[in-house]
Amino acid sequence: MTRYNFAYLDEQTKRMIRRAVLKAVAVPGYQVPFGSREMPLSYGWGTGGVQVTASVIGPTDVLKVIDQGADDTTNAVSIRKFFARTTGVATTTSTEAATLIQTRHRIPETPLREGQILVLQVPIPEPLRWLEPREAETRKMHALEEYGVMYVRLYEDITRHGRVAQTYEYPVIVDGRYLMRPSPIPKFDNPKLDRSPALLLFGAGREKRIYAVPPWTRVKSLDFDDHPFEVEHWDRPCDLCGARGAFLDELIVDDKGGRLFICSDTDFCARRRPAGDPPRPM
Amino acid sequence: MYVAVKGGERAIDNAHRLLARERRGDPSVPELSLAQIEQQLALAVDRVMVEGSLHDRALAALAVKQSRGDLIEAIFLLRAYRTTLPRLGVSLPLDTAAMAVHRRVSAIFKDLPGGQILGPTFDYTHRLLDFELADPGGAPASPAEDGRGPQAQTSLPRVMDLLDREGLIESEPPARDDARVGDLTREPLTFPSGRDVRLQNLARGDEGFLLAMGYATQRGYGRNHPFAGEIRHGEVTVSLTPEELGFPVEIATITVTECQMVNQFKGSATSPAQFTRGYGLVFGGAERKAMAMALVDRALRGRELGEEVSSPTQDEEFVLSHSDSIEASGFVQHLKLPHYVDFQSELVLVRDLRAAHGTPRAPVVQ
Repeated sequence: MTRYNFAYLDEQTKRMIRRAVLKAVAVPGYQVPFGSREMPLSYGWGTGGVQVTASVIGPTDVLKVIDQGADDTTNAVSIRKFFARTTGVATTTSTEAATLIQTRHRIPETPLREGQILVLQVPIPEPLRWLEPREAETRKMHALEEYGVMYVRLYEDITRHGRVAQTYEYPVIVDGRYLMRPSPIPKFDNPKLDRSPALLLFGAGREKRIYAVPPWTRVKSLDFDDHPFEVEHWDRPCDLCGARGAFLDELIVDDKGGRLFICSDTDFCARRRPAGDPPRPM
Repeated sequence: MYVAVKGGERAIDNAHRLLARERRGDPSVPELSLAQIEQQLALAVDRVMVEGSLHDRALAALAVKQSRGDLIEAIFLLRAYRTTLPRLGVSLPLDTAAMAVHRRVSAIFKDLPGGQILGPTFDYTHRLLDFELADPGGAPASPAEDGRGPQAQTSLPRVMDLLDREGLIESEPPARDDARVGDLTREPLTFPSGRDVRLQNLARGDEGFLLAMGYATQRGYGRNHPFAGEIRHGEVTVSLTPEELGFPVEIATITVTECQMVNQFKGSATSPAQFTRGYGLVFGGAERKAMAMALVDRALRGRELGEEVSSPTQDEEFVLSHSDSIEASGFVQHLKLPHYVDFQSELVLVRDLRAAHGTPRAPVVQ
């Protein structure tokens, strides 16, 4: 790969992306348009996250890539390989050992620490998109802090279902100002956004937007006094490591309704059980 | 059973090997050469160059070969290569009036200076399978009066210029030397957009999408009463003024197809009745695309011309945000990536809602 620059992108492009990242950090939750490049992986596979990672990664970084919380899903493997090839940096599956983590759909269970950067892949950055399809309109709504429609939408859920029926990409207000779509992480992960010690960067390649939550920034999930925000929970522990209060994936193990519930965060789960511990019998 | 989510790395490597084998097909059949693709699948190569925004026949042919003939995949390959290239400069506007013309038809005048030149076209072929073509060398090329080569006509006046002389059609805004041309591959699309960026978007846009949009305008969704004023196909020279020289230098000759649509405009309180323009320009012989592009370009000028904007075809956010086959293909296909986590959240919610509704819950078997 000597014919490509470190981390694939040329330095000019990285500089352009870093400028967008800096602006995003300066205005938390605000979507900064950037000149997203065509990447050698498909739109929807994490081109935004890859560009952000490529522009902030350095030779001494230790990179972790997860998809659905797991280090071993095909897309996570593919992106990790991409950076291993184009940068030669060390990679890891350990949340603690990583300095830079690219993720799709999850925030690790292991608490992040200061100095770490979490890069989230974002398909649709605009939180108001399902309420207003036009970009020209939604930009105006952000400028005027006109977020009433989102509260109305949540309220309609409550009148219809008795609760907010939004389970992922649950809208948040960042630093008391910008309405933000926290990428399609489950609302389970929303509390991890609030006052996170790590820098959170969001990259949307196809939609050409970057936004950020700087460390220790307030992030509030929208709710009402009489309907406070709450996260999903499972009335059973992880079948592999016995963890309670972790996000569980459901595996269908036979055709008779047999299920296995296991941590979606593979690193977290593996660390909690002795090496080679097999799954509990069905 | 837990193995199912493991082994991603090996699966990917194997998938790549399987793909390479499928691409090659039966090894007893001779392998395609790039020259064969470039020469004999020339229109596929043209389409890949247009939508890939890169004029390089050899690379486009390679992309067609590598993608097993999936042209959107080929376009993607070419785009991903193009994005790594430096942008050295901006060419001068093409002078299509000086085109070495191989085909030129106008649907609005029976005859015109320079005449109509049919050129190589499918238009009047009978779509009968030519079984002689099935055997190599079966259908020898018959000698034809060829418009190509030194006989190609140059300096044919453009039909639009003839109309313009009489003031019947809106004038093209004069090119300004200092006008900076937008580039979607460097800066994100913003709304409202300029016509330069719109035309770039349409030129890169998916042929099928533009065809459907253009067709919709003809069927009443943003109707703009089009006439094919002129379609011309041939070679034009590309010139660039290097900063250190200060005068234009010819750097290439490329083949393009240009379509100028003439559209009715009844006039408004402030302007008299006049024909308006829709414009399409593509590499090679992608004539269908050029025509569709011109229809959509005109539809998107509705707001500028004070027309009522009532159809998706006239809505620049709708058209420009969804025209790109690479973006569309990626986002549609990303649905096959794992969504276990979001789906699990939905499962939890739906089970809770069903429980609240009083529906007994099927026991989860361990």
